[in-house]
Amino acid sequence: MSSSVNDLQAIADAVVAQAQPDEQIEVQVSRSTETDIRVREGNLEHFVSAQSQGISVVVIKEGRTGTSSAGTLSDEAVAEVLAEARENAELGSYDEWADLAEPDGVPVVKQELWSEKLASFDTAKKIEIAKELERIAVSSDHRVRIDDSNYSDGATERAFATTKGIRASSRSNHCYATVSTMADDNGETQTGWAFALGKDPSEFNLEEAGKKAAARATRLLGAVKPPSKKVTVVLDPMVTAQFLSIIGSTLHGESVVKQRSLFANRVGEQVASPLITLIDDPTDSRAYGAHELDGDGLAARKNVLIENGVLKMFVHSWYSARRMGAATTGNAGGCGALQLMPGSKSQAELIADIEEGVLIDSVQGLHSGVNPISGDFSTGASGLMIRNGVTAEPVREFTIASTLQNMLKNVVAVGSDVDWLPMSAAGVSLVISDISMSGA
Amino acid sequence: MSLIDLSHDFDTSVLERVLAKGKSTGAGFSEIFIEDKRSMGASLDDGKVEQVSNGRDSGAGIRVINGDTTGFAYTADLTEAGLMAAAEAAAAAASTGDGGVHKISLHPMTRQKVNEVRILPSSISKKQKIELLSIANEVARGVNDAIVQVSAGYSDSQRRILVVNSDGVFATDEQVRTIFRVSAVANGDTGMQTGYDSLGHTIGFELFDEESVEELAARAAQQAVTKLRARPAPSGAVPVVIKCGSGGVLFHEACGHGLEADLVARGASVYAGRRGELVASPLVTLVDDGTMSREWGAIGIDDEGHASQRNVLIENGVLTDYMWDHIRSRNEGRAPSGNGRRQSYEHLPMVRMTNTFVLNGTEDPEDIIRDTPHGVYVAKLGGGSVNTATGDFVFGMTEAYLIENGEITEPLREGNLIGNGPQVLADIDRLGNDFAMGNPGTCGKDGQGVPVGDGQPTLRVKTMTIGGTAS
Repeated sequence: MSSSVNDLQAIADAVVAQAQPDEQIEVQVSRSTETDIRVREGNLEHFVSAQSQGISVVVIKEGRTGTSSAGTLSDEAVAEVLAEARENAELGSYDEWADLAEPDGVPVVKQELWSEKLASFDTAKKIEIAKELERIAVSSDHRVRIDDSNYSDGATERAFATTKGIRASSRSNHCYATVSTMADDNGETQTGWAFALGKDPSEFNLEEAGKKAAARATRLLGAVKPPSKKVTVVLDPMVTAQFLSIIGSTLHGESVVKQRSLFANRVGEQVASPLITLIDDPTDSRAYGAHELDGDGLAARKNVLIENGVLKMFVHSWYSARRMGAATTGNAGGCGALQLMPGSKSQAELIADIEEGVLIDSVQGLHSGVNPISGDFSTGASGLMIRNGVTAEPVREFTIASTLQNMLKNVVAVGSDVDWLPMSAAGVSLVISDISMSGA
Repeated sequence: MSLIDLSHDFDTSVLERVLAKGKSTGAGFSEIFIEDKRSMGASLDDGKVEQVSNGRDSGAGIRVINGDTTGFAYTADLTEAGLMAAAEAAAAAASTGDGGVHKISLHPMTRQKVNEVRILPSSISKKQKIELLSIANEVARGVNDAIVQVSAGYSDSQRRILVVNSDGVFATDEQVRTIFRVSAVANGDTGMQTGYDSLGHTIGFELFDEESVEELAARAAQQAVTKLRARPAPSGAVPVVIKCGSGGVLFHEACGHGLEADLVARGASVYAGRRGELVASPLVTLVDDGTMSREWGAIGIDDEGHASQRNVLIENGVLTDYMWDHIRSRNEGRAPSGNGRRQSYEHLPMVRMTNTFVLNGTEDPEDIIRDTPHGVYVAKLGGGSVNTATGDFVFGMTEAYLIENGEITEPLREGNLIGNGPQVLADIDRLGNDFAMGNPGTCGKDGQGVPVGDGQPTLRVKTMTIGGTAS
C-alpha cells in the first residue's frame, strides 16, 4: 500500500465501521488528477488540468441492495451517501443471492501500475510531445493536415473496504498521445488517426504514430463503394479487439443467469473454429487492462474461455457465481484483458493466401449495429480490397454483416501480429470467411 | 441537504474576484461555470428491483481564453479558496505572462424559462417511482409467453447551473429531466431477439400523468416478439422509408454534426464553406431549437450562459447557418446561437445540438409506402455515428420491415444502414405530413454526452445501403 492513499483508506474504513450487525457495506473512495492538452497547427488549443474525487457505497441488508455516490469527500457528503444507500436498500427487492465477496485466498499478482517518472514529468514537455506528434504526421505527406494532436495523462488513487474484511488501496497512472489526420486530394477528404502509448512519455514512439496516422488517411484517398457480395475479410488488429470485447460480454455469467447470453448451456460445445483459443488474463502485464483486483476486491486471475473452439467456461463475479453454483473467476466488472492465442503468419502472409477479399481497416457503428443478445452483427467499414494475394484499391461506405455465432465458426486464420492495444482486448489479424459485404 | 441556490448563495463580489484572477496572466476572457446536480435512479432486472441509487455532483469549471489558447481547471470545492485555486490553475495554463489588474462587473440576466415543471421528482417518494418498474415488468411479461427477460429503468435529474464571465454575463438555469426505459428479450426457435423503447422529457414526474408506462412496456415486448419471425435484412442499396418520429437520428448524423461551427472551422466538415448552397432536397427544412418546450434537448440557457434559441439550419434545401458556441462566434464576429454545451462542470463546452428536426411536408405517409414497389420500412432506429470530414455515416435499425408491392410485409433482423450525408440529403424524394418527435437521446462528441432530441415526418430516401446478410 502506498502511503499517499492512507487518508482515502481511512474514509472507507470509517464508513464500514458504521455497519450494523445485520448490514453488509462496501465502500470505494477515489481521487484523481488529469491533464489534457490539445494542439493544432503548432498552437496550444487547450490545456485542462483538474482534480476530482468520489465515493460510492453499497449497502446490503436482509437481501436487499442499495447504492449511492457523490463527487465530493466532505464529511457531510460521506454521511449523506451512507444514509441514502441505507434508505435505498429498504426499497430494493429481496434477492437471496445478494452478498458481498468473501476473501477466497487466491493470491494477488502484482502489477506495475504506477510510474514515478510519469508523475514527475515536466508540463512544458507534455505540450512539446503533442506539437512533435503533429509535426511528424504533417511532414510525412504533403496531402495531410491535422484535425488535432493530443497529450493526456491521469492518475488515480483508490481505497476499497468491505464488512467481509476486504481492504485494499492502490494507485495507478497512465499517459498517451493521439493524433487525428485528414488527407485531401481532388476535392476528396479522408481521415486517419493513431496513438502512442507508454508507462511514461519517454516510451512513446511518436515517429511511428505520426506516420501511421498520415498513412491511414492517405491510403483511403480515391476509395470507392464496393459491390454487394459474400467475401472473406481480414480484420485489422484494432477491429479484432473490438470484436473480442463484444464476444467477452456474451460470456459473462451475469448474462447467462439472466437469460441474455447466446452461449447459455453451451459449455463443452464447439462454438468456434478450432483455431480460436480465447483467454482473459489481467495478470499478464503486457495487457493494457492488466489489474490486480476485480470489482469485488478479489484477485484478478487468468481464465481460458474458449479452447480450440470449445467453450470452456463463463466468467463470474461473486454474485453470478453464487447464483450459478460456481466459483468466482475474479471477473466482477467483466473481462478486461482478453487475448487470442496467435497463429504463425504475419498480416501480409495472411493476405497472400487470399484470392479475393477485403482488409477491414476500421469499423463504424458497432454500438448501433451489433446485438450481443441476438448475435446480429452489422457495421459500417472502410479498408482495402485484396486481389490475388495483395492489397488493391481502397473501399469505403459499405457494411460487413454476419452473426457473432457464424463469425466465430468461420475463422480461417489467426495472425501472429499481436498488438497490445489500449482496450479490453489485445488485437491480432483475423481472417473470417462468408461475410456479407453490402455496398453499391 | 438541498440543492444550492446558485443565484443567491454566491456573493457576486467573490465571483468577480475569481474572474479577475482568471484574467491575471493576460487572458482576454474568463468564465466560471457552477453546477449542482442531483439524480436518482432505480432499475429492475430479472424480476427484481436491483439498483436504487442516488448521485450528487457539484463543482465549478473555470475557463480562461487567451488568444487561441484555452486554459481550463475544475474543482468540487465551491469555497472562494477552491474557486481561486482553480482560476489560478486555468490562468497559468493559458498564460502569456502579460499580467495586469482586472476589474469585472456582473449583470444578472432574467432567467429564460422554456417550460414549466409541475411536479419536482424530488417531491415524489422513491417507492412510487419503483412501483412503475414493477408495472413495466408485469405488462411486458404479459405480452407473450416468449418474453424471457425484462429490464426497466427509471431516472430523474435536477441540474442547476450558474454561468458568469468577464464580459459581464450572469445567467442561471434549472433543468429537470425524467426518463423511463424498458427492454425485453424474447426467445424462440431462431434464437433470442430484443425490444426496446423509452420515454423522456425535460419535465418532472408529471411525465407519467401524460404518458403511459404500460403502453411503453407493451411496445418494447411486442417489438422483441415480432422480431422472432424476422428474416435477414437485405444486403445492398434499396429505397428506405423511415417512419415519423423514428429517424431524426438520420439528420443528426447526416448533417447535424457537420453543421457544428467548431468542426466547420477546422475544415473537418463536408458542409464547410457551403452557406447559401443547395445541400439537400428542396423538401428539407432543418431546425435546431433549444427552446422547444418539454423536449429532451430543451434548455433555458446553454452552458456558456447564452439563452437558447430556434435556429434554421437548412431552408428548402439551402444551407442557411451553422450552430455556434462562444469561441467560434467570437472568431466570426457574430452572435452565438445558444449551442455551447457541456456534459458537466468537469468538461469544456463545445458546439452541440439541442432538439434537431425536419419540418413537416405535405404528403399522406400511406401514399409514400404505396408508391414504393420494393424497399425497407424502418419503424425504429437505434444509434448512429458520423465521420464529418468524409460525410460517411451509419445508423442502426432496431425495428424494420420489408416493403413489397407498396405494402409493409415481413419483419427484418437488425442491421446498420450506411450512407454519405450530402448524397442522402439530396436523395430524400418524399416527405410526409405526420411530424413527430422521437425518443430521448444522448449525443456523444469528444467523450462528452449531452441530452438531445430529434424529430421528422415519415420520409423516403431514394436509395440507401442496408447492411443485412440476405442476397
